[in-house]
Amino acid sequence: MTLLLDMRNVHKRYPGVHALKGISFALREGELHALVGENGAGKSTLIKVLGGVVVPDEGELLVRGIPAHWAGPGDAIRAGVGIIHQELSLAPHLSVAENIYLGREPRRGPFVDRKRLRDDAARLVAGFGVDIDVKRPAGALPPGEQQLVEIAKALSQNVSLLAMDEPTSSLSARETESLFRVVADLKAKGVGIIYISHRMEEIFALADRISVLRDGEMAGSAPAEEFDPEKVISLMVGRRMETLYPRTFREPGEEFLRVEGLSRKDVLKDITFSLRSGEILGIAGLVGSGRTELARCLVGLDGFDGGRIVVGGAPFVPRNPGDALRKGIVLVPEDRKRQGLFLNRTIRDNVATMKLLQGLRRGLFTDRAAVTHLAETSVQRLGVRCRSVFEPVFALSGGNQQKVAIAKGLAVTPKVLVLDEPTRGVDVGAKAEIHQIMNDLAAGGMAILMISSDLPEVLGMSDAVLVFREGRCVARFSREEGEPDRLSERVMAAATGGVAHA
Amino acid sequence: MPEEKNSILFRLREQGAGSVLLLLAVVLLLAAFQPGVLHGRNMANVLAQSAIVGVCAVGMTFVLLSGGIDLSVGSVLALAGAVGAWSCKVLGLPVPLAWSVALLTGTVCGMLSGALVAFGGVPPFMATLAMLAAARGTTLLLTQGYPLSGLSPSFYTPGWASVGPLPLSGLIFLALALAAWVLLRRTPFGIHLRALGDNPETARLAGLSAPRLTLAVYGISGTLAGLAGVLMVGRLWSAQPSVGIGLELDVIAAVVLGGTSLFGGVGGMGGTVAGVLVMGFLDNGLRLLELSSYVQQSVKGLIFVGAVLLDLALKGYYRKGRSRDA
Repeated sequence: MTLLLDMRNVHKRYPGVHALKGISFALREGELHALVGENGAGKSTLIKVLGGVVVPDEGELLVRGIPAHWAGPGDAIRAGVGIIHQELSLAPHLSVAENIYLGREPRRGPFVDRKRLRDDAARLVAGFGVDIDVKRPAGALPPGEQQLVEIAKALSQNVSLLAMDEPTSSLSARETESLFRVVADLKAKGVGIIYISHRMEEIFALADRISVLRDGEMAGSAPAEEFDPEKVISLMVGRRMETLYPRTFREPGEEFLRVEGLSRKDVLKDITFSLRSGEILGIAGLVGSGRTELARCLVGLDGFDGGRIVVGGAPFVPRNPGDALRKGIVLVPEDRKRQGLFLNRTIRDNVATMKLLQGLRRGLFTDRAAVTHLAETSVQRLGVRCRSVFEPVFALSGGNQQKVAIAKGLAVTPKVLVLDEPTRGVDVGAKAEIHQIMNDLAAGGMAILMISSDLPEVLGMSDAVLVFREGRCVARFSREEGEPDRLSERVMAAATGGVAHA
Repeated sequence: MPEEKNSILFRLREQGAGSVLLLLAVVLLLAAFQPGVLHGRNMANVLAQSAIVGVCAVGMTFVLLSGGIDLSVGSVLALAGAVGAWSCKVLGLPVPLAWSVALLTGTVCGMLSGALVAFGGVPPFMATLAMLAAARGTTLLLTQGYPLSGLSPSFYTPGWASVGPLPLSGLIFLALALAAWVLLRRTPFGIHLRALGDNPETARLAGLSAPRLTLAVYGISGTLAGLAGVLMVGRLWSAQPSVGIGLELDVIAAVVLGGTSLFGGVGGMGGTVAGVLVMGFLDNGLRLLELSSYVQQSVKGLIFVGAVLLDLALKGYYRKGRSRDA
């Protein structure tokens, strides 16, 4: 049988991250090859290479035995590669039909053949057994239907190779079923499919072959019969407990924050937990499982429509982050470049941002000496490596940027620090330093809520871990319950809905 | 589901229905105070006076839809008019050829800005601001600051002639708007253009060439500014070096009043025609009311703000803002 796709020793490096470390990957006609791995394992980068969005630094790509040198997505499309990206990538104000055939509109002379455009699109969409008006603007559809439009768009290209990045993440059960029917049809026609998913039941229902990525490397690849969910999960998680987590555990102090039955339509359902001073509470789960949404509710970025937040014994409804700040709750957001920092400003200005709401003033003016002093002490305390506090933040490495983002929050001496992905995209050394900082803060009595996709980190640093799936807290583990090694598989199983041995 | 309701609004806005309502409201309001507004001859007048802003607005609609902005249209209009008049008078080119030279001048200016945006990565605001200055400077250099007049009279025809009761310039504007509507709604180019402004990443992933589209869009805007330059020379019976200063803002205001977003992807030609006529009727009506020109300016400002607030209300902006924390 011909190899539809043969990827050999593909490398991709980004500044500070080696995203793909020599990946080899093969796909046959009519085969469904599932690709699994934790967030950040390199799956999305691999798909981008395949789609011509990213050019690999090393390695080669053969499609039906012919080397592919793609300069852009257009080349990949012409070679018969269809990609369904994880983020919805429709143009919201174009109609469904226009989106599906974007760049390949049926023509009549110089004009778009609008009747054929509509009819072809309607026929494709009808294949899903869903009633979507193809004349409607794509942005007006609910997310599940938008996802189906994405899929229809890829199918319309007469693909011989289709990559789907978590196609079911926003589909209802019925829509998922129709998708599976379509997938079966495609396989029968000889289309090769790469299927990325976190859901074990789907993978084992569909896959002919499974490959597991971990930290940019191929951790294992075999026919699906040779795997079971447990084995997949243990390959995903790996044995990476060699990193020591510098946590000195001690009995936490008084409860400071309590969340009771917190709910927000479609994203959070009945979340309950309590956070005591000196405690680090970890939140694990897949991206989109409600972790970040919880953080946003806690600091008043989003409202909630059920349950309550209790701070220091009194109910608290934060209307905005300023409210939360006054209660001593501070969020260090997940995307430091877009949410956490002013990249073009100096370290000094960044660190002082929040504190300036409370002080650092002399009469009507900013006390510039005090600001500089604050920045210098923070830089020293967190070990930010820089030439001076007057250096712009964009010039720092990821790890040092993250420290500055944390320093900005710490400047207001919060009682609760919410850290969303505190070490994402940070090198190993800086990561260890950030862990040390967290430990010191907890030892000093601060309560920390840590959201992280890095399982060893969550398990190594936390007193207790909550696991989120689809907006619910589906499991809770405390440090006493076992070795991090054993626990990590159970956490992953809870997060993905796969059943590992309890 | 709120989506259902949104979709109807979505589509109404896209077809420029909001601005048509606004146009009717403005006309009726003005007519209530000054019935002369509705007089046939006056309406023809409004159309003639709107033509120059209108022709530029057709080009600007393309630019805004693609996610850009063109600040240079006022200057390019002056330059194209001057080059056209100069080539007719000094070089002695026949009139149709001189017109073509004027249009071509606009095309070149537009494509220069477009190239800076597409290949140089210069933000549209800066690229076209540079063109605004450069084109004005070149105009003054060419004319030495003096008006060019005494051309072969037929050069002026498009700017002042009438077809029956209707002004030729106004008809040119409406015909162009119709052609542009066809281009936007009925050709692949139109879809690609709107996709680019709506979601550049999607456009890229679909294999569209952003540089080529960008170049085309600014080229169209420049060419139409050149045509507006010819109309302007015809209306003034001379090429004035200082003509069209600040015109770009009137043009952008008209397009935005017509429901086209400053951020790309949303809007269309029907709205632009309505927006241009709103501006035309405002100017005309306030003048007929014999308000002082100072008061006219302030009233115009108030109506702009009102129009934008109305537009946001139609989009449900305030409703969403309030229910967030419920």
